[in-house]
Amino acid sequence: MLDLLQQVGHRILSIVGGLGRSAQLLLAALLGLGYVLKNFRLLVKQIYVTGVLSIAIISVSGLFIGMVLGLQGYSILVDFGAEDALGQMVALTLLRELSPVVAALLFAGRAGSALTAEIGLMKATEQLASMEMIGVDPVKRIIAPRLYAGIISLPLLCILFSIIGVWGGMLVGVEWLGVFDGSYWGNMQASVNFTHDVLNGVIKSIVFAFVITWIAVFQGYDLEPTSEGISRATTKTVVHGSLAVLGLDFILTALMFGDF
Amino acid sequence: MTTRWIEISVGGFVIAAAFSLLLLAFKVSGLNFNADDDSTYTVYAHFNNVGGLKPRAKVTMAGVNIGRVSSIEIDPQWYDAKVTLRIDNSMRNKLSADTTAMILTSGLLGENYIGIVVGAEEEMLADGGEIRDTQPALVLEDLIGKFLSSMGKE
Repeated sequence: MLDLLQQVGHRILSIVGGLGRSAQLLLAALLGLGYVLKNFRLLVKQIYVTGVLSIAIISVSGLFIGMVLGLQGYSILVDFGAEDALGQMVALTLLRELSPVVAALLFAGRAGSALTAEIGLMKATEQLASMEMIGVDPVKRIIAPRLYAGIISLPLLCILFSIIGVWGGMLVGVEWLGVFDGSYWGNMQASVNFTHDVLNGVIKSIVFAFVITWIAVFQGYDLEPTSEGISRATTKTVVHGSLAVLGLDFILTALMFGDF
Repeated sequence: MTTRWIEISVGGFVIAAAFSLLLLAFKVSGLNFNADDDSTYTVYAHFNNVGGLKPRAKVTMAGVNIGRVSSIEIDPQWYDAKVTLRIDNSMRNKLSADTTAMILTSGLLGENYIGIVVGAEEEMLADGGEIRDTQPALVLEDLIGKFLSSMGKE
């Protein structure tokens, strides 16, 4: 009985401790902004690793999701004779929900896991410790550029995802199924509001970027420096990151679009 | 992979994203910074009931889009809805003073929009002119109510 109680207590203490350590790491990394700006090269290198290298997967999935939306939307809307509203449907679903969420999930799998594994291996091979030894703060040098690079990259990827998705929807809806392209774009322009739909989607993806990169760098920095620990931390990054994105998405959607 | 190539690709990435945001703004959301620009002029239409009409709904003539609804508000003097229409300049001085406006529905379940039919008068509607000869939106409950009361009389 007491053993069980102790287990529960141990679990809770380790969770709270983890939260505390992650908040400390986040604060220290965010305060490293000055260092990152001074060493701009580091940031550019990380934007390349997290952002540019993710463009391929983001654009391919954006294209296919846009095409699927076009096809599915057409097959439903044509029953009501409302296939002119296809552009509106494709654009609103992409801008408000799909592109922030799907881009974030892909980003967690593509870039987040790589961040964790990289930082984790640095820790396991004691590169972080030796950096500290020669007087370089690893949080500023390693963590901060990666955190800022993630926060910058994902919103940009999300914007690319949206535009490619809208184009993919047009490819299927207009070029293949024969929706009039004037009504595809016209209905879209009439119903999509720049601040309400486009900017809110970008704000969503900034929040997701922040949370995913935070989880990724923390899991890498805090892991048990063994090969098993690295694999566990990488899994945790993807699982926790994805769950956080989906949960936060509901909250953000309720805040942004919940007032009817 | 040289540093130069990395920096070039990051620059390209950021610029591509910025360009996409511009595309989203202008092509997808139809953002227009100067809503009060010279390409449109304002006409007010008074309706007894606007039904489900919303701002940004289209204004059509003979089914062709000639403008937009920019705002809908109550007119406290007449207790009716005052709808502000922004009509394209191509129709400036081409709408007669006895033009009529009605609220139509696109399809069975579609959105409400405004249809405009010109009258016969020589005098034209100026910028800021008012349309009072209007047909309100069809409200299904009213229609059913009328139908039921006429059934009852027979």
